[in-house]
Amino acid sequence: MSKVPEDLKFTKSHEWFKEENGVVTMGISDYAQSQLTDIVYIELPSVGSKKKAGEVLLTIESVKSAEDVYSPVEGEVVEINKELVDKPELVNSDSYKYWMVKIKKTGNLTESLTPSEYKQFIGE
Amino acid sequence: MSYKQASYDEPFIGELRSGTTYKIPGKVEEKVLDDLPAGSGREKLPLPEVAEYDVVRHFTRLSQMNYSVDIGMYPLGSCTMKFNPKFADRISTFEGFSEIHPLQPEKSVQGSLKIMYELQEYLKDLSDMDGITLQPLAGAHGEYTGILIIRKYHEDRGELDKRTEIIIPDSAHGTNPASAAMGGFDVVEIPSSDKGTVDLEALKAALSNKTAAFMITNPNTLGIFEDQITEIARLVHDAGALLYYDGANFNAIMGITSPGLMGFDIVHFNLHKTFATPHGGGGPGSGPVAVKEHLKDFLPVPTVSRDGDIYFLDYSHPKSIGRVAAYYGSFNMMLRAWSYITYHGSDGLKENTINAVLNANYLARKLSGKFKIPYKALKKHELVLSTENTGKRALDLAKYLIDHGIHAPTVYFPLIVHEDMMIEPTETVSKADLDQYADVLIKGLNIDDAELKSMPKNLSVSRIDEVKAAKDLKVKWDLE
Repeated sequence: MSKVPEDLKFTKSHEWFKEENGVVTMGISDYAQSQLTDIVYIELPSVGSKKKAGEVLLTIESVKSAEDVYSPVEGEVVEINKELVDKPELVNSDSYKYWMVKIKKTGNLTESLTPSEYKQFIGE
Repeated sequence: MSYKQASYDEPFIGELRSGTTYKIPGKVEEKVLDDLPAGSGREKLPLPEVAEYDVVRHFTRLSQMNYSVDIGMYPLGSCTMKFNPKFADRISTFEGFSEIHPLQPEKSVQGSLKIMYELQEYLKDLSDMDGITLQPLAGAHGEYTGILIIRKYHEDRGELDKRTEIIIPDSAHGTNPASAAMGGFDVVEIPSSDKGTVDLEALKAALSNKTAAFMITNPNTLGIFEDQITEIARLVHDAGALLYYDGANFNAIMGITSPGLMGFDIVHFNLHKTFATPHGGGGPGSGPVAVKEHLKDFLPVPTVSRDGDIYFLDYSHPKSIGRVAAYYGSFNMMLRAWSYITYHGSDGLKENTINAVLNANYLARKLSGKFKIPYKALKKHELVLSTENTGKRALDLAKYLIDHGIHAPTVYFPLIVHEDMMIEPTETVSKADLDQYADVLIKGLNIDDAELKSMPKNLSVSRIDEVKAAKDLKVKWDLE
């Protein structure tokens, strides 16, 4: 059973995000990390880069596959979780504690799911 | 059948010492040493010091800790790991072929040139294409060659600046987007439909005057035939783009239909798949590329042509993309493929295709009650199943198979099916092999998770630390 915290929003491409004071913090869901299995590399975007909602934000490589992760919002990358550069496996230990990117919102959010909708979406 | 793989604590060959010594032939002149920059000479040269018997024993022991098509079934989906027939191996060792040099005068290698010419003709016939190069050294190299031809075609028409995109379905082989990107194009991925085939609406939306080509394999990686292929070809051509056939799955249609009939402009073949020549480390591979008439001028040079009874290397393509290999490609693989084609003949090749499809469908039927098999369409040469409904992970069941002396299928590919196994038995297995495969896989469902995760036990190594292998890979032996 995957963890789905009640205070977050989710996407169909398995990102979670929350918005605080115009800054969106995002990562991947517990379900996504368990599907990926052991994460070996995360290619984070550079601070200052501008993304549209739904555009490829970063790439995660696991022992199983390499997957694109999409931006939940249009905006500018203001911070990346540098801890993940050397220790990407932390995401496997707790994918909600280890956020990936913070984006200053300048445009629209992507279509999102509530926690209960997301649970239904992943069939749990 | 019980299985126990040999296990040796085998050192790296550089660490083996037979007690023999050797001398580097010839004498190093002092003068030569004087010409070298200071400090570039070295005191020690730690080459392997092994006698012939230790070399043979070393590699025999390594081979015993390995698995191959000579040991058992090897149903890696999309890889087409057929048994490699021994007659073709034997022909490739004939002195008349194995002892020639690529720079010999053409008149002294007429037989070899004739083989290459005939292989070109056979492959053109089988694919209904008009021109061909045998040069590319592997499937992915063939793809890249095809991409360079696409570039040249649009450049020749003055449209390269605007045609910057190559469209690829989400079920594609990973090499397709890689080849397109290597060739300087932007990759546009389109989703598959709920039937597991190209979503025509998504394709229409993606096509534009920026499209250089659409790359697909048919049947696709789900083993499903793209039944709207002629409509796809029309849409792609109407947009001014080219249609590229990834020939990795050609063994599913050979002798029944062809890329040429479907409307493709460019095709690559994997001789090491469809035509049963050795793969990978036992290769090298070979990835010939065939094209329709309007692209012939762009083929790499030389190709092999004939003038009456004389065969010659033909450099006459005026708009050629140039060479893509030193010399003429993997001749030894061409020889094996030629042998395979002439041995089976057109009826035999067609029968192989039918049997490959029959075997995949037989296995699909045997496994369908236990595993979820997504997409209802009849499978061609391979099937994709999901272990999601069983509560087991595909990786764990794969290890269980390996522990029983059966090679695991491809797992976690294609990416659009969760917990998937992609099984391609090929025509070179018996019904008994297929039954055993299904029985072992189904038996694995009754093994508890802790036990499964402790497997394999019967191999020279158990689970590899894949994280360490990905993050801390050492491919260099440190000379002492």
